[in-house]
Amino acid sequence: MLRILGKVQRIGIVTEDLAPWSDRVLTEVGTQLKAAVGMRFRGSLAIRQIDAGSCNGCELEIHALTNPFYGIERFGVHFVASPRHADLLLVTGPVSRHMEEAVRRTYAATPDPKLVIAVGDCGANGGEFGVNYASAGAVANVIPVDAVIAGCPPSPLALMRGILEAIGANRLAARSP
Amino acid sequence: MRSEGRFGWLDQLLGQLLSEDLPVRELAPEPGLAPARSISIDPEHWGRLGQATGHTGCRWVGCWGEDTGDELIVHACFEKDRGYMLARTRLRRLTPILPSHTPYHPAADRSERHLQDLFGVAFSDHPDPRRWVRHQAWSASEFPLRRDFPAAGHPLAQTPADNGYKFLHAQGSGVCEIPVGPVHAGIIEPGHFRFQAVGETILHLEERLGYTHKGTEKLAEGRDAAGLARLAARVSGDATVAHSWAACMAMEKAAGIELPARALVLRAIMAERERIANHLGDIGAICSDVSLGFGFYQFSRLREEWQRISLAAFGHRLLMGCIVPGGVVADLEPAMIPAQREQIRAVRPQLGRLMDILTTSPTVVNRLAGTGRLAPALAAGFGALGYVGRASGIDRDLRRDAPYAPYDRLKIPVAVSKDGDVAARLRVRAEEISGSLVLIETLLAELPPGPVCVPWTPPAPDAQGLGMVEGWRGETLAFVRFGDEGRIARYYPRDPSVINWPLLELLVEDDIVPDFPVCNKSVNGSYSGNDL
Ligand code: SF4
Repeated sequence: MLRILGKVQRIGIVTEDLAPWSDRVLTEVGTQLKAAVGMRFRGSLAIRQIDAGSCNGCELEIHALTNPFYGIERFGVHFVASPRHADLLLVTGPVSRHMEEAVRRTYAATPDPKLVIAVGDCGANGGEFGVNYASAGAVANVIPVDAVIAGCPPSPLALMRGILEAIGANRLAARSP
Repeated sequence: MRSEGRFGWLDQLLGQLLSEDLPVRELAPEPGLAPARSISIDPEHWGRLGQATGHTGCRWVGCWGEDTGDELIVHACFEKDRGYMLARTRLRRLTPILPSHTPYHPAADRSERHLQDLFGVAFSDHPDPRRWVRHQAWSASEFPLRRDFPAAGHPLAQTPADNGYKFLHAQGSGVCEIPVGPVHAGIIEPGHFRFQAVGETILHLEERLGYTHKGTEKLAEGRDAAGLARLAARVSGDATVAHSWAACMAMEKAAGIELPARALVLRAIMAERERIANHLGDIGAICSDVSLGFGFYQFSRLREEWQRISLAAFGHRLLMGCIVPGGVVADLEPAMIPAQREQIRAVRPQLGRLMDILTTSPTVVNRLAGTGRLAPALAAGFGALGYVGRASGIDRDLRRDAPYAPYDRLKIPVAVSKDGDVAARLRVRAEEISGSLVLIETLLAELPPGPVCVPWTPPAPDAQGLGMVEGWRGETLAFVRFGDEGRIARYYPRDPSVINWPLLELLVEDDIVPDFPVCNKSVNGSYSGNDL
């Protein structure tokens, strides 16, 4: 235990503004994200991620959002295990036809009002896979989509920005009671 | 010649089959398939080949099909003593019946069913003829990889759920069934796991994969070489270097293209960077699965820093798209040589200290030691690949055993353990990080000058190529056949997960259901690479 504490102390807090990498952009995006989450979601945005047939590249970068550099939870964003707890679905594609029904049911299980973001070039437009006998292509071909985050895969920062844009947009406000 | 020692068994096997008057013959060597040797045999005797290779102690490596328009060709690959044999047989399209290899090689089970679902090959004595990769996106009478099947298929407006798949049921008092997936609780790929449990103890686990099948093999048809490399990079995003290298190697061998030395070294640096990135991420995730938040944060921090240097050095955080036919897409910035060295020097002592903590921390040891044990005999029988095999005593690594440039002139450290549990897989992976750190240092030190890419010249129609690399998950294969005008007629990538997935079912038996996530993560099969 002492060694763990020692290591924790030595490393300190690496959650940083990432200056050499992104010129304070992360801090800016994060601050705005936190404000938006505070305003529209009472400080807590619950995301359910769905891999609808991706190559797993997008998942790796979504996963990176929880590492101590991005630490997306500090902005009030957290990933939940059940769609029933989710405000937002983060869906990577292309939607394989074998995942179609699972995607539709997960969408249906998510309470209203809800937002859907299609992630990655595949989620946005089918990407390298497009539409074929086994792939339904873009997420929007299967469930309603509110926003897309392009990239192959999108970087963690692009993901944060995309989430911010999606919740900052007035769509949800318009649909909320 | 070293190769004689490698192929003594093949000569014996051929002698044996010929003495039985079987119509088997060795095919003229093809440079695209070397160092593998090829044989052909009639379909009626395909089963005898499976039996004979089984008795000889050959490892079953993979199988795939081709539709020439006139007939179906089925290939199967075997290995023994580091020598690879490709067997091939030709089937009439109207009556494509073939004896199965599964009775002698359990690893062949799902790949044969993959062939059955996509080519319509009927395996006459397959012990489990249920569909595998096919759910409901096409019908039982359609075969998507046949030439006359259009890539667009004939999908319904909405593809229904895959009901009616017959899972194995356990019966008796106190037995309960737990279905999990395809949508899982975490940020991971989709698949279905069906547990039969008594209390918390797992009696039996059955995997149902195929959810991420997205037509990868069909999409390869008709692409040019660069287009195939783009697709191969997306077979499994976490193994993008492994699959693009294997595919490009197959195409380059088919086309007889020699790569510049610098390109090969840069590819190897990328492959080692990919290995390290995945091991770091997975060790962190294993910590997270046993509630050691500290370990998750430390290892995910190291992984993030690692990915950032990959981005700065090669232009992509996962190294996607960096390998192209003929070489690599861009040269390394000179400043990124010292930057990588510096990072290695920083990571090495941290890894040591963190692993000291992990391997002595009671919370971690209690959860991982003895958990998810894969017995060495079982691993050997299946031909387990990569760190899953090495943590169960299988001392196999293509970089050393079937070496390809630039590994052929390097000393490759291979970490092996006989314990076979989650703790052993964790230790082996940590040792592989250390080994790869040294390899990258060596590769950087002797980075040869010169170009990083040569122009691509397409081979003659029909040329075949076989690419084999040791990706971070293990032996990764790519078979390529060219058609007219340098277009791809057939691409089959064999991800190591195809071999390792069934082992997860076996290694969780008698463990408790709550330990399944950490067992799964310690193996980390690719869903996308398996389902294609
Ligand atoms: S967008 Fe790129 S990384 Fe994401 S699933 Fe598609 S191919 Fe993979």
